[in-house]
Amino acid sequence: MTATALIQLYVFVLAGFVGFQAITRVPPLLHTPLMAATNAISGISLVGSLVLAGADKGIAATVLGTVAAACAMANVVGGFLITDRMLKMFRRSTPAD
Amino acid sequence: MGANLSAVAYLIAGICFVMALRGLSSPTTARAGNLHGIAGMVIAGATTLAAPGVLSYGLILAGLVIGGAIGTVIAIKIEMRAMPQLVAAFHSLVGMAAVLVAAAALYQPDAYGIGTVGTIKGLSLVEMSLGAVIGTVTFSGSVVAFAKLQGMVGGAPVVFPGQHWLNLAIGVAIVAIGVRFVGSESHGLFWLMTALAFLVGVLIIVPIGGADMPVVISMLNSYSGWAAAGIGFTLENSALIITGALVGSSGAILSYIMCKGMNRSFVSVILGGFGAAEGVVAAGGPARPVKSGSAEDAAFLLKNAASVIIVPGYGMAVAQAQHALREMGDKLTKAGVKVRYAIHPVAGRMPGHMNVLLAEANVPYDQVLELEAINSDFRATDVAFVIGANDVTNPIAKTDPTSPIYGMPVLDVEYAKTILFLKRSLASGYAGIGNELFYRNNTMMLFADAKKMCEDIVKYL
Repeated sequence: MTATALIQLYVFVLAGFVGFQAITRVPPLLHTPLMAATNAISGISLVGSLVLAGADKGIAATVLGTVAAACAMANVVGGFLITDRMLKMFRRSTPAD
Repeated sequence: MGANLSAVAYLIAGICFVMALRGLSSPTTARAGNLHGIAGMVIAGATTLAAPGVLSYGLILAGLVIGGAIGTVIAIKIEMRAMPQLVAAFHSLVGMAAVLVAAAALYQPDAYGIGTVGTIKGLSLVEMSLGAVIGTVTFSGSVVAFAKLQGMVGGAPVVFPGQHWLNLAIGVAIVAIGVRFVGSESHGLFWLMTALAFLVGVLIIVPIGGADMPVVISMLNSYSGWAAAGIGFTLENSALIITGALVGSSGAILSYIMCKGMNRSFVSVILGGFGAAEGVVAAGGPARPVKSGSAEDAAFLLKNAASVIIVPGYGMAVAQAQHALREMGDKLTKAGVKVRYAIHPVAGRMPGHMNVLLAEANVPYDQVLELEAINSDFRATDVAFVIGANDVTNPIAKTDPTSPIYGMPVLDVEYAKTILFLKRSLASGYAGIGNELFYRNNTMMLFADAKKMCEDIVKYL
């Protein structure tokens, strides 16, 4: 295994632990917004598709890349917007209650 | 932008995503957390566009605008009730994007600097296979889950003999083909592997019944993360790897919580076939007498109670009764009744489904409590108002070891002084078992559409 691959594996495993720590603190109340938000951030595959679509390496790569970029972008924008729309609805009782 | 600077920017993006998840630990910080997520995404996107390998921007821009517009329209138009199918649809897009990137890396390895066609590193090919296979399973599985949730195909589990052996055989075949592919870099084998993965995605979701959907949705969420991580390894991009790991573990934790909420093992959910006959009246024995009441009777009982706990289930979502229910709750609160809501971990079709619907109807979240927090309070409660829920209240889960839901944590509505069951009929729930509570002396059945009944009760309050 090359050094780069090994470092990537470190990053992957450590990030997994960080994710575990962060997620276990999310109350069930917010599990649906959590799914929508993780959905949005997994649109990070956008990064991969942008490289491909912009590399000028032939029509096939450009088309595949553009389609992938559109898919990922729909995910990102839709995911973040819907998360915000949901979170806006959560409110506490007004003191008057 | 230099490679080192890019790497730092991707790290910052990764940190933003962690902050986004941290923000979600409380409703007061959640919106700020979401903004961190957006910031992270902008940083990652801008960094990529500024990389020296990206030469032309015309098509990219078109793709981004089209994708962004689709996402915006969906996010604005979608009804909260349809959230589970929307999430499933978004998962399918993540899966699709992962497969496309993996395929592109295979055909144009030089775009990513991982070699040239025919001489791609073995390790990259392994990572590519993982990304493509997991991405495809996510894609086809999510499409099937979407179709089930949207009611395009029946929600009942589809089971046939030899199903698990077939899945196993295909799984083994995928691994075998994967090994050959890594050795040969054959494009044909890549697509064969992807096609089989597509089949697996369909086959593992079709046997899973509607009520197990929360597990499925969480599991697909998890897969979409692993697929992104696989792509991240191929492209040697740490932002992708970090995000993939975050999303993957998030989905895995949610799946675990959902399984625990049903006291079923992950394996038994995935093997599926649970509750094959949904919505049938429990057979056997003579018809037993039940007490049923009208909206006026219910209103009388509720008005004269000191405390009421409302237990919503999937039936509330189907009937879109949350607004009428909140109105009922408000009237009772004004009349001096203590009103709270009890949510079972697996109520609805996805984790947190009921909470979002109640929030949509403007129910303050401090009135909405989880099972552990409220279960001991039923003994001191005058009225338990069960709306569109059934199995999650069934005491048989505590008493009968032969019952399919034995061991599942249930809401102890049986201890309330009076139980009001708002249901359309005496039909059993997804597990296909009768509920003893219907026949108790302190139970009153309200046979009606949930929304209509709540509106009628409001009139009499």
